[in-house]
This record gives sequence, structure tokens and C-alpha cells, in this order.
Amino acid sequence: MTEAMRLDGIRAGRLGPEDLAENFADLHPAYDAHEATVAADRCYFCHDAPCITACPTDIDIPLFIRQIQTGMPEAAGKTIFDQNILGGMCARVCPTETLCEEACVREAAEGKPVQIGRLQRYATDALMAEGGHPYTRAPATDKTVAVIGAGPAGLACAHRLAMLGHTVTLYDSKTKPGGLNEYGIAAYKTPGGFAQAEVDWLLSIGGITLVTGQGLGNGLTLPDLREKYDAVFLGIGLGGVGALGLEGEEMTGAANAVDFIASLRQQADLTQLPVGRHVVVVGGGMTAVDAAVQSKLLGAETVTIAYRRGRDRMPASRFEQDLAASHGVRLMFNVAPVALHGEGQLREVELAYLNPDMSQTGETVTLRADQLFRAIGQKLEAVEGLDLDGGKIAVTGAGRTSLDKVWAGGDCASGGEDLTVTAVAEGRDAAMDIHSALTA
Amino acid sequence: MADLTTDFVGIKSPNPFWLASAPPTDKEYNVRRAFEAGWGGVVWKTLGAEGPPVVNVNGPRYGAIYGADRRLLGLNNIELITDRPLQTNLDEMKAVKRDYPDRALVASIMVPCEEDAWRAILPRVEETGADGIELNFGCPHGMSERGMGSAVGQVPEYIEMVTRWCKQYSRMPVIVKLTPNITDIRKPAAAAKRGGADAVSLINTINSITSVDLDDFAPEPTIDGKGSHGGYCGPAVKPIALSMVSEIARNPETHGLPISGIGGVTTWRDAAEFMTLGAGNVQVCTAAMTYGFGIIKEMTAGLSRYLDEKGMTIDDLVGRAVPNVTDWQYLNLNYVTKARISQDDCIKCGRCYAACEDTSHQAISMSADRTFEVIDAECVACNLCVDVCPVDNCITMERLAPGTVDPRTGKVVEAEPADWTTHPNNPATKVAAE
Repeated sequence: MTEAMRLDGIRAGRLGPEDLAENFADLHPAYDAHEATVAADRCYFCHDAPCITACPTDIDIPLFIRQIQTGMPEAAGKTIFDQNILGGMCARVCPTETLCEEACVREAAEGKPVQIGRLQRYATDALMAEGGHPYTRAPATDKTVAVIGAGPAGLACAHRLAMLGHTVTLYDSKTKPGGLNEYGIAAYKTPGGFAQAEVDWLLSIGGITLVTGQGLGNGLTLPDLREKYDAVFLGIGLGGVGALGLEGEEMTGAANAVDFIASLRQQADLTQLPVGRHVVVVGGGMTAVDAAVQSKLLGAETVTIAYRRGRDRMPASRFEQDLAASHGVRLMFNVAPVALHGEGQLREVELAYLNPDMSQTGETVTLRADQLFRAIGQKLEAVEGLDLDGGKIAVTGAGRTSLDKVWAGGDCASGGEDLTVTAVAEGRDAAMDIHSALTA
Repeated sequence: MADLTTDFVGIKSPNPFWLASAPPTDKEYNVRRAFEAGWGGVVWKTLGAEGPPVVNVNGPRYGAIYGADRRLLGLNNIELITDRPLQTNLDEMKAVKRDYPDRALVASIMVPCEEDAWRAILPRVEETGADGIELNFGCPHGMSERGMGSAVGQVPEYIEMVTRWCKQYSRMPVIVKLTPNITDIRKPAAAAKRGGADAVSLINTINSITSVDLDDFAPEPTIDGKGSHGGYCGPAVKPIALSMVSEIARNPETHGLPISGIGGVTTWRDAAEFMTLGAGNVQVCTAAMTYGFGIIKEMTAGLSRYLDEKGMTIDDLVGRAVPNVTDWQYLNLNYVTKARISQDDCIKCGRCYAACEDTSHQAISMSADRTFEVIDAECVACNLCVDVCPVDNCITMERLAPGTVDPRTGKVVEAEPADWTTHPNNPATKVAAE
């Protein structure tokens, strides 16, 4: 704690470097060999295991856990990467509590699932630590593919295409590749520069040319790409953020949660990153939790998540809710912001209590707020010429869009949850479909 | 509290738990600690003949097999008999016995297979006040290369001969410790009885290589790049020991011969099982080496409580299960059971299905929602599903009531027992019928 902790406004240095280092350390530290063996021993090697079904990338989880048991974590890593080349990141950021670990029969039996996520990290870390790259490219084809967006979907797609022998150009409008892995995930879930190390490792398969600083509407157009390449994959994510539609939203202090998370990830020295004394986060998803928890970890005195529906409807998992609560974040349900107060600088947020039908009860509460983060969902930035479905690029099958030669996957495409692991699955499957089309 | 006092071939001890002749009983310091902890008796680490003591390797002596979380399941050792001077051991035994007169103190002995050697050592042991002697005819490593240990235990005639010498030159009760590294345990046991043994103790350790170092290509434990087979013990050997104990208990030739049960006794429950199969007491080693002497409190408290619950004494317990150990040919073929899966307890892991479908009789069905059910028309009641199920009592074997039809065979279940000896498929039966 520093003196700055009790000062109003948005300030850097509310906590000292030691506290910040501790606060932003690994949420789930890596297993050592014995811990991994003990955790692996709990797996029952289920028949037609429910955890595999629950994994969007269909990793053969019992197999990789058995490989850890038998002292072959590198072989376990290979089992994972065969299905999910971003298995290292997914091990860190997957909401396993709603995926594989929720399906684990030990969750049903005793409420303590096999720690699949942490075991996956142990295995993928082991293989990545070996150096080199576990895959080789097929003989080069003469086909070229443009992959737009170097996030999880684009990286998975590019890697699979390169492995199959195609020549890939991977574009990203940001200065670094990685997409949300690099800009959109809480720092304590992927410390130590893992996101960039993973991209470097992934690209080391060869056959992929990375071009940063270029994207759709930023030097590239879809017609040009379709002309120049044999196929195009769009993994452009959701770039737009919704506004609350309240007066005063332009005041200093009102910001997008995704921008706060991104700036935090890109800030080498967290003592220089400003945060409010009192913070309100509007929304109920993982982005809201990431922004709220990190505000608290930076030294905010009070942090409140304001969600318009009840707890049972909250998109953030119970694990994430508890994580927030354990860090001292207050969760408020059935409330929505109706007014922002302040002169130039935000000072208070007025929340209205809501009925289940979203109508206001008439009661309001006013919270001190130097900072307000909007985490009410991201939306697609329009792409000309593509049919949409529910605000996303409409796709059928393995990511086929309404335009010939154009595939899409990840958060920007219709269908599937907006998760890293889902994006990886969609990128991978689109790559296989592109391969079929190109080699037909 | 049930009385755990035992009288084993005249040797009294406050409970039936003795420490086996092994590293834990190699010297006064350990044995005093054991007695302070509550052990009923010890069999002192094997004494050799007067003269320069044996030497041990200076590299690792033990190798291990582990279960989950490095739980030690099996231990292998290449340690020899005591490597301390004979007189030192005798002096210490005498001091300990003087201070703990209520505890059993038995001397394990292994000297060359010559009458003079035995005649020389026996009076010196007797002079310590030891309650009895145990003849080490079991050690499978090192000493056996010199014609002792299991080299004697594998030749019934030698067992009989040496046992007779011991009875001739000593007034002490003689317990003959048997090696399991033979084909038929009944033969050495009978030889011991013929020689006049008061009891047998078994099993000694089993020839074993616990593992092979896959970098150095040498067996474990590895001494400078080489390894030698050792003696295997611990929980892993218990089933083998139980079977051998039961064989001796039910063999008419040795029935009634007192048995000290050894082999993987780790809990009170293990001890009780040995005793039901005819052991008058048990000897423990690996469990003490794994967890220390403190486990004796669990053993005595558990056995005492069990006896209270059953309303039994130790004497009631010993041999209680022996009449139920029989030959396969006498098992009731009209006892028909089927597996039953409790859907309330099932956690839907599907292990029963995989085991039955892949390796047994395709007698479990699996639905799209992972409901597993037994197909009675296919179930032979092998019990594999019960054994692989991770949930206690989720799958059980239920007997078909006499008079019902077994859907697998289409036959009515008979109330009267019938076994192989009268089965029509038995050629011997047919011969008898003609």
C-alpha cells in the first residue's frame, strides 16, 4: 500500500512494485512433476470420456493424462497439440469449470474434478520447453491463403494450413500477433510473456509470413484478397464495443474494459498504470471479471461489477464470480447504470434496480466511481459483402461464408461460444475445409 | 476392549503383532523403540555364526514399487543377515529381554548347514533369555549363494534335518521360516513338522527385480551399474502369502501346526485376514519400515475393536476361514449371480462397459446418455465390472433366487448345490457313472 491508495481520481502507483508483482503472478502456478503425477492419478480413463465431448477441440484428455502418469509429458503435449495447437494458452485461459472439468465424472462424484487444465499446462509446457517444433510441413503446394487476424482462430488456421503445405500470409492490424491472447486476457492468467512465446513457437513451423499493422479497412480489402489468394480466412474477432447510451459517457474515466485490459497487458511497469480509487464495471461476462479483478489488484479501493440480470444468468462462470468476490470485488445483480455524474471527470454512477423483466423498480443507488468500464459485449465491425447472422459473419459447415473462397471463424463468425478454445477449433476446422477445397 | 494377549507356541506377548526379523530389529536401539511404541514382540535380525560378520553392499539396498502418490506397494531388498558381531547382538538381546520381560523376543538364526554350527550357537542364544528361535530358511539373496537361507528352505530334507538338530540341542520353541520361492509350500512345511518344529512362519521374501533403469539398462537397486535379484515384500505380496498360509492350514499333514503369518501385513485388517486363515500371530516389516513403529496403535486398536464387534476372542478368530478354503472342484456351480449397477451411485465413467465390452462378455449396455445396464442374458458374473468400478458398492453381485431362470443359460436355478465332481461334463463323473 502506498499513500496514493487513499487519493481520489485515476492514479498510477496505488501499490508498490512488490505488491503488484505478487498480485499479478500466475493464478494457477505450474505443477511440478510430483504434483502432476498425483493429479494425473485421479483420472479414471473413462470410456468415451465426457471431458473429450465437452472440449471444443476434442482433445483426447484421458490419453494425455495417462501419458503424464507414465512419465511422458512431452508425448502428452503432442496429443494435445494434435487437436489444439494453442493448447498451451487454452490450458491457462479456458473456463475449464464449464467445459472439460464440469464434465469430469469426478465432478459429479465428489465435486472435485481432475485438474485437466493444469495438467494440460504441465504437458504443453514440457513439450514446448524441449525446443524445436513438433510438426513438419507437408511438401509445399502452390496454393496461397490469406489469414486475416492473428488471434486464436487465425493462428490455428494458419498453422494447420502451413502443416498441410500451403503458403500462408497472416495479417493483423495490431502491432503484435496473438489477438485476444495478447491483448484481451487478464495478466495473471498468462504471465511471463507466454502469449508471444507461443506465437513464435507456433510460427516456427515455417510457411507463414506474418504481416502486422494491416487488416481489413487498414490497407486490405476483401475483393483484393480474394483476387490475390487462393483462399481467405477471416478471424478478425469483434472490434467494436457497445456504448451505454448515457449522457456524460465521454467524461474522463468512462472507458471500455477491453481497452483497459489491453493497456494493462502491454504495460511493462504496472506502477505506471493508472486506476481509479473507486471503479464500477458494467457487464457480466469474463471481460467484466477480468477488468474488475485487475482493477482491484492494481490497488483500487472499491470495485463493483454491475450486472443487469440475476446471478443465474451471468455469463461469467461461478468460478470467475468467486474469483472476483475473493479479491474483494462486489457483485451487484439486477442493476443498470442510468446516469453518470461529474464535471469532466467521472465522480459517481447512478444505478437503477431492475425487475426480472428488465423494467426499473424505481429505486436507484449511487456509487462513487472515478472510473467506469463498459464490458457489455463486443460487436463485429462490418465487413462489406458478407451475409450476417445475429450480428456476426454467417457461416455454414466448417466456416464457409456467403462468399466463395472466403472462410471465417472465431468470435467474428456465427455459432459457438466466444472462447479461445472455440476459436481454435473453428480455425483448425476451416483450415481442413480450405485444404479440401484447394486440393479437390 | 478385546484381550489381544497371545500365546504362540508357549511364547506370550501382549498382542499378536511382532516385528519380523529384518532391518527394524537389527539392534537394541530400534527394538527398545518398538517396544515403547507397543509392539508385542520382535524376531531379532538374523544372527550368523561366530566369526567375521557378513558385509553388506555400500550402495542402495532397497528398490520399490509405487502406487498413486508414491504410496509404497512393494519393497525389495538385498540386505544380508546382521553385519554386527554375534556377541554384540547377544548382549543387546539379553539387555532388552531383561527390561521387557512381557514382550516376545525371538532370535532368528542362519548358520551353515552343519550340525556343529547349530550346536555351537544354540546355547549362546538360549543364554540371552530369548523366548524362542526362528530358523531363517528363507532369505533368497546373497546367503543362498553360500548354501544358507532359501538354499536350505528349498530342500525339505535339509529343513527336517536342521529342525531336528535345533530341537535336539535347545529347549527353546523352534519356528521354521519358509521361503515362498518353491513350487509347493506344503512340502517344506511338512518337513518342518517332521523335524519337530513348533511352528512355521511365512512367507519370507520373493525373488524379485523391482524395475530396470531404462537409461543404464540395469536392474534396480543398481550397484555400480549392476543389480542382483532381491527379496520382495510389502502389500503387493499379501495375496501370495495368504494363499500359502491357507495351504498349510488346510493340508491334513500340517493342519494344526501353528503358523506365524508374514507378508504385507500393513493394517489390523491384513492381520485379521492372516489369522482367519490359520495364523496364530503375524509379523510385520515393510509397513513399519514405511511408516515407522507408530502404526502398531492402529493395528491393536483396530483388531481389538473388530473382535469386540464380532464378539470373538483371538482364539475364535484363528483359523475361522480355513474350512471355507476349498478346491475349485467343490465350488457350487448352482450359485448363479448377476452384476447389478446402482444407477444412483453410478458416476458414468464407463469403465465397467469398456472392461466388459473389450475384454469380457459384452454384458453391459451403454445408452446415449451414458446409462450403463447389465444384460443378464450375457452376464457370466465374472465380477470384472465390480473390480474396475471406482465407486464402492456401485456394482454388486446379486444371487438369482432358486427357481428363477438364468436368462444366459435358459436353465432354472437349482436350490441344491452341485459342483464339478458331479457335473455331466466331467469325464471323471462319467466314468464313475458307468
